[in-house]
Amino acid sequence: MANIQMKAVRKSFGVLEVIKGVDLEIRKGEFMVFVGPSGCGKSTLLRMIAGLESITSGDLLFDGERVNTVIPSKRGIAMVFQSYALYPHMKVRENMAFGMKLAGASEEERNERVARAARMLQIDHLLDRLPKELSGGQRQRVAIGRAITRDPRVFLFDEPLSNLDAALRVATRLEIAKLHHEMNDVTMIYVTHDQVEAMTLADRICVLRDGRVEQVGTPSDLYEKPNSIFVAGFIGSPRMNFLDGARAAKHGCHTLGIRSEHIDIVADGEGEWTGTVIHAEDLGSDNYLFVEIGAAEPLIVRRPGKLDHANGTHLNLRPQAQHLHRFDAEGRPVSQS
Amino acid sequence: MTLSDIFWKVMFYCAVALIVLVAVFPFYYAILTSFETGTAIFRVNYLPESFNLDNYRAVLGGANFLRSVANSVLIATVTVAGALLLAVTAAYALARVRFRGRGLLLMTILAVSMFPQIAVLAGHFELVRFLGIFNTPFAMILSYTIFTLPFTVWVLTTFMRDLPLEIEEAAIVDGATPWVFITQVFMPLLWPALVTTGLLAFIGAWNEFLFALTFTASETQRTVPVAIALLSGASQQEVPWGPIMAASVLVTIPLIILVLIFQRKIVAGLTAGGVKG
Repeated sequence: MANIQMKAVRKSFGVLEVIKGVDLEIRKGEFMVFVGPSGCGKSTLLRMIAGLESITSGDLLFDGERVNTVIPSKRGIAMVFQSYALYPHMKVRENMAFGMKLAGASEEERNERVARAARMLQIDHLLDRLPKELSGGQRQRVAIGRAITRDPRVFLFDEPLSNLDAALRVATRLEIAKLHHEMNDVTMIYVTHDQVEAMTLADRICVLRDGRVEQVGTPSDLYEKPNSIFVAGFIGSPRMNFLDGARAAKHGCHTLGIRSEHIDIVADGEGEWTGTVIHAEDLGSDNYLFVEIGAAEPLIVRRPGKLDHANGTHLNLRPQAQHLHRFDAEGRPVSQS
Repeated sequence: MTLSDIFWKVMFYCAVALIVLVAVFPFYYAILTSFETGTAIFRVNYLPESFNLDNYRAVLGGANFLRSVANSVLIATVTVAGALLLAVTAAYALARVRFRGRGLLLMTILAVSMFPQIAVLAGHFELVRFLGIFNTPFAMILSYTIFTLPFTVWVLTTFMRDLPLEIEEAAIVDGATPWVFITQVFMPLLWPALVTTGLLAFIGAWNEFLFALTFTASETQRTVPVAIALLSGASQQEVPWGPIMAASVLVTIPLIILVLIFQRKIVAGLTAGGVKG
């Protein structure tokens, strides 16, 4: 329900500057994901929006109103923490109602809102249990439920899935995506280091690197038109292949990037690169072939379906011309001419 | 079960029995003696031989014994309350607030508790005189609080460090003021630690002798251990063992009751490091 603007926001811990001037607008009702390697400042930025970290300089605006010094509970935010952060001595119901109780909501209202959130997350049957009697996935649902009952303008998620095992992570991801559809006027900001979560959940992704915004855009923008080698390498799995030297110079750039699914296996004499298969990974639906072509790292080629290329097989490879990513010596894209 | 298993099991229980015997025997002997009078006291016996309540009548009928008990209760209670209040706030700062010299301060607090009582007795006496609280309960309350604080602060600091920071942040997002947070989130979570440290502080204050002897002059201000030690018999040569034992038993019983009431909390407090997830 809120539009969030950051204007030249900075954060220092002593002499160490962790957020080095961020300008960003998050639209009302948008699902924005902050992604980046550890130490890039994504969690700090989220905590600054929450009000758990002070803002060293710059402005933070919610719906045009400056909230730099507004305390967290008055900002209309709700936060889901990585470790769930449930109150261990309170039952699920009390956990969810604690914020409303402090805000002075009546008991009927509290019960009604807790019941509504519990229905939404299918945790009705857990309301009278203590957190220690719940599984990890259930605890995370309760944490999300607690956030919902606050009826926030902005939902903040700080790596909420990283304590869950792989299967639960996918299920909870879906749950969060559904939540976003149901509460589509609530702005959601989600921090993760996992680019798959970012790609699957986000309306827009903000890639952070070393305290600065590297690129903001829709998942497909970032995937198809990364505006730096860093983003190109960070988004997408398996990682984009990078080639330099003569192979790149041939295409008029310093570094040439090509995604694994954009390389075709062709007949002898038609390929641009030749090499031998040194390793193959069969994922069932896809095959990843690691082909040694004499570059710094083996080229990863992704082909759908079943393939049978034993190690040592000689292959001719040709990149799809329309999917080449060309970067200059600074790691910026070479303008398409 | 093999033979060697049985052997070790037997050895284990023998060791347990030995430890229990050594720990409990003095108190057991005090109880036995407290029911004996006259020359029976000086006969060594390990099983009850007489049951005579004269010693208890003598103690409870004494002019100032109940007054001493009241003094002890007051002093120990105020000491515990004051020490816990100071320690909770200090531990919060030491565990959560980052400031220069935090480690040094913690070590200093620990170092303070290493001085033997007798070494600081003179200093404490000067302090008590300066504050004008000689021969009042405040003299003991002050010095016991000073002596119990290092331990209390240390234990609570370790506990507080184990409390996840995110719980505090969740409470902040929920709109909790520091007071609400401390009373409704912190205290319930720290309850076992508070009970444990509080009880140990209580026992320490209840049993303390040296300061209580030094800082009191009149009989009405004495605490129980001093009162017991200064119980006098019919003549100067006679040590009234019977009443001393009876009084000792009487003042130990409240402690035993307290420990029994809180024993589950104490175990939780001494073992569990806090609240995992």
